[in-house]
Amino acid sequence: MKGPARKDSLAVARVASSEIGLARRFVARYLSLVGMPALLVVFLALTVAIHPQFAAFDAQSLAMGALPLAFAAAAQSVVLISGGIDLSVGSLIAVANVLAARSMENATFGQSLGLAALILLAGATAGAANGLLVVITRVPDVVITLTTGFIWGGVALLILEKPGGGAPDQFLDLGAGTSLTEWLSNALILLVGAVAVIWIPVRATRPGLLLYAVGSDRTAAFRSGIRIGQARLLAYVLGGLFSAVGGLGLTMTTGIGSPLAGVYYTLSGLAAAVIGGVSLAGGRGGLVGPVIAAYVLTLIPADLIFLNIDPNFGQVIQGTLIVLVVMLGGLLTVLRSRR
Amino acid sequence: MSTPAGSADRRRLRPAIGLAALVRNRTVAALSLLLLAFVLGIELARPGTVNAVWVSNTILFAAPLGILAAGQTLVMLTGGIDLSLASVATASAYLMATHTSHGGVAAVLAGLAVGLAVGVVNGLGVAVLRVQPLVMTLGTGLMTQGVLIVYSQKLLATGPHVPAFIVALGSGKGLDSIPIDLFLWAPIAALMVFGLRRTGFGRLLYAIGDNSEACLLAGIRVWQVLLVNYTICSLLAAMAGLVIVGGTNAADMSLADVYLLPSVAAVIIGGTSIFGGRGGYAGSIMGALMLTVLNSLLTLLDAPEPFKQILYGAIILVLAAVYTRLTE
Repeated sequence: MKGPARKDSLAVARVASSEIGLARRFVARYLSLVGMPALLVVFLALTVAIHPQFAAFDAQSLAMGALPLAFAAAAQSVVLISGGIDLSVGSLIAVANVLAARSMENATFGQSLGLAALILLAGATAGAANGLLVVITRVPDVVITLTTGFIWGGVALLILEKPGGGAPDQFLDLGAGTSLTEWLSNALILLVGAVAVIWIPVRATRPGLLLYAVGSDRTAAFRSGIRIGQARLLAYVLGGLFSAVGGLGLTMTTGIGSPLAGVYYTLSGLAAAVIGGVSLAGGRGGLVGPVIAAYVLTLIPADLIFLNIDPNFGQVIQGTLIVLVVMLGGLLTVLRSRR
Repeated sequence: MSTPAGSADRRRLRPAIGLAALVRNRTVAALSLLLLAFVLGIELARPGTVNAVWVSNTILFAAPLGILAAGQTLVMLTGGIDLSLASVATASAYLMATHTSHGGVAAVLAGLAVGLAVGVVNGLGVAVLRVQPLVMTLGTGLMTQGVLIVYSQKLLATGPHVPAFIVALGSGKGLDSIPIDLFLWAPIAALMVFGLRRTGFGRLLYAIGDNSEACLLAGIRVWQVLLVNYTICSLLAAMAGLVIVGGTNAADMSLADVYLLPSVAAVIIGGTSIFGGRGGYAGSIMGALMLTVLNSLLTLLDAPEPFKQILYGAIILVLAAVYTRLTE
């Protein structure tokens, strides 16, 4: 994984040095900015065409369905940008989900909010554990997070053996209700709000720049005096935090805790990140693309149901979409290097 | 695909099969000691457990994991990883079980065909289009699973049926309590150890894992090697699926899911580097045996399933950390 990353960044440096390169880079950025929303619009138009009765209710159920996946995608993207990969995202979501459902079952709304804050803290701590393990042991990220994901999956099962638990209705309404207008569901507000509150302060300041620097070329970042360990740790902490928000979102939208929800969100979150334009080699992409990709991935099974096609084809399409997107990316790289 | 090796090279590599090599290769020797410690632990926890039947059972359960780990070793040596293994194994088992009406041979071929198909797709993606193996195999795994679910729902009338010879393969014992699946695993293991050490193809895998760019410059058709490699890996997974379904005697949609992480873990425990170019199958065998023994130890101690999962993960973490420290 080291090789291609270095080559990419070299290519970037070379491209950036020329005027044409600047233009091309502008187009690339512009495309990634417009591409995903355009894809979402296409899919939404398709949905409305298939299902003309598309109403506020459908928009809300889409926002609710996509909420945990969008956070999973955000969590994965932050780590990917820093040049790592987090295969424990789904398990962390499951842990936050069952913690919430177990502890809030008989709590008041006020207590629930306090518990939610604690769960967020726990998520960030678990992310920090991932980051510390990766930085200190120098074992590849894939191995560390695959195994910690396994461990957290076990923890989720210890907390809640089978789907159950609950939370006060007021708390659930934060993700499942609507408060402003029918079309603007709380789930959407929560998603945009949480991503903005967590990501914008990071992205706009020095730590965000460090994440991208470390992700695009670790050696260069090291030689520029960046503390690589700290930057990578930050990425995992943010990943853990996003995962915990996703777990809370899952509790809000489903009303219960389900300890086995993990695997789905790890893989689909990674899919959404890749489709949303985050490079697996690190250093490229943002959070907007992946979040929108999460919506597209949620729309696919829904559309299939409207079309009376077996929704299980959704998984086939999802897999095909990942493969096609990355194959296209690979093909472009191959073609570019030929030239 | 064999390249003539230098005579000095050949002399050095000649006695590389069998017990002597195991002892010389320190990784494997250390692993054997660790395995022995595990077995001792079991005997201490429950005296009288370790006997011929226990050993035979351990091998019986380790064989499918060992075969999966063989495929995983091949791709990890080239710096890749295959996360579609479990889906391929499940799909192969299911397809085999739903084609028994066409005869045993046809059923087995149907199962292996899944491996061939997914393997070729994986190989094309990774080798020709240069998609990261992790993503490629993740995607094909999802696709395989999805296709399988759709397929299974079209087949409500004729349910899956596991034929007797597959059950015998996966759970039977022959010739005085030798597990029958060993007769599949042992040749595969011999081929793997021999092939990796002594054939041109095997050495190409190490070379590509070490530095694929250099291989390309040296005139090696890297993409062909990788394509064949991913195909072999998926075929091995398909075979493992048949053994697994023989053991459970029921083909379901999540049959081999539990084997995905252990297949990676066995290879890592066995000392094969996740960056490629270093390691071998002998270590993976030890890894598979160790994970199986550990599993039976935890079962003996009556550990609840989630707790088992946590401990399992923790042990892999510690071993991986120790390895990285030792080999760096």
